[in-house]
Amino acid sequence: MSLVYAGVCSHAPGITGRAERADPVVRDEFYRNLEIMRQDIIDSGAEALVVVAAEHFANFFMNNMPAFCIGMGEEYEGPIEDPEWLKIEKTKIPGASDLSKRIITEVMQTVDTAFAEEWKFDHGIIVPLHFLTPNYDLPIIPVNINCQGPPLTPLHRAWDFGEALRRACDSVPEKIAIVGTGGISHWPATPDSGKIDEAWDLDFLERFKNNDKEAMLSYTDAETYDDAGQGGFEIRTFIAIAAAARGAKANVHFYAPIPIFAVGCTCAKFEL
Amino acid sequence: MSLYYLQKVLYDLNRSEEAQANFRKDGDDFLTSYTLTDEEIGAILKPDIGLLYVLGVNGQILMHYAAFHQIEWDDYLKSMREGIEEHGQVRDGVYTMTGSGKNFTASTEAKSNKSEVNQ
Repeated sequence: MSLVYAGVCSHAPGITGRAERADPVVRDEFYRNLEIMRQDIIDSGAEALVVVAAEHFANFFMNNMPAFCIGMGEEYEGPIEDPEWLKIEKTKIPGASDLSKRIITEVMQTVDTAFAEEWKFDHGIIVPLHFLTPNYDLPIIPVNINCQGPPLTPLHRAWDFGEALRRACDSVPEKIAIVGTGGISHWPATPDSGKIDEAWDLDFLERFKNNDKEAMLSYTDAETYDDAGQGGFEIRTFIAIAAAARGAKANVHFYAPIPIFAVGCTCAKFEL
Repeated sequence: MSLYYLQKVLYDLNRSEEAQANFRKDGDDFLTSYTLTDEEIGAILKPDIGLLYVLGVNGQILMHYAAFHQIEWDDYLKSMREGIEEHGQVRDGVYTMTGSGKNFTASTEAKSNKSEVNQ
């Protein structure tokens, strides 16, 4: 059929794990916007959800780190984190192995992606799923872009990957939704956790919502590290979704720094 | 020996309940299959979150290891700050401290508590 939904959202573990410590007014408005995303995905008729994530050493390590990986499993499991810490119970998540195989085959025409029939979800995927498909009844295709272990996937390759994902989604008869998950500026899991550069975030989101490829790809990793922290490397997931949206503009329907969540929380949808 | 193997131990522990059980049963024995210095072994076993942070363990790996040991979030952040005070700046990796030890959530949490009171 085609790509029927494209959006992005944040995935920080504090979103669930430290929920009670956030300003309830801002937190609940963020949750309401995640609920809007959930309903939009349902309304799109999506038969599977591709989650483009920036995983954090749950499956991939420096012994064999892929620039890209796409899941091809019949089912997945998660979270790898302590359930009490993340406040999400361990569960099984349905995959879509045959659909994955067809998507991977098409992506490989232009991008060398790894694939994996085993995948343990960390907060980078399970936190968004907790809100977007809380009953875990929508088949998931996990995707990873290396945003953690340098040398990182170059931004322009993340863009090319997003274009390949779009072409692949459009080549199958199923209706596909795609969601990118990551943070903008943040310094997660360091003593600086909670530090957020709102101005940097808003500047990036301006480029993002206008789907300004040149502007989004103009950052160097050194600049991002200095100005937006190591968490800023996760803009790769947003860039891939912008590419998958193929020129469409985004509606950023929520953005607010929530320090105890360690990130400027974001929800956005492309007008495909 | 190297940051690579130090992080590899924690990566294996973070993602495998079987590895966690073996580690809990006999930590010293579990670590024999990795090439580590005495300092690294001591930091893992204690666990010394501050020293592990200074040695360069990626925060995304260290955060999960702290949770495995039931270390509360605030204590995790405090341990890293104390590690910096005791051992100096992070020696490797990309998870260095940039905020001079500032607590970036304290003031906003105070605001959060206030808003709850005002509701």
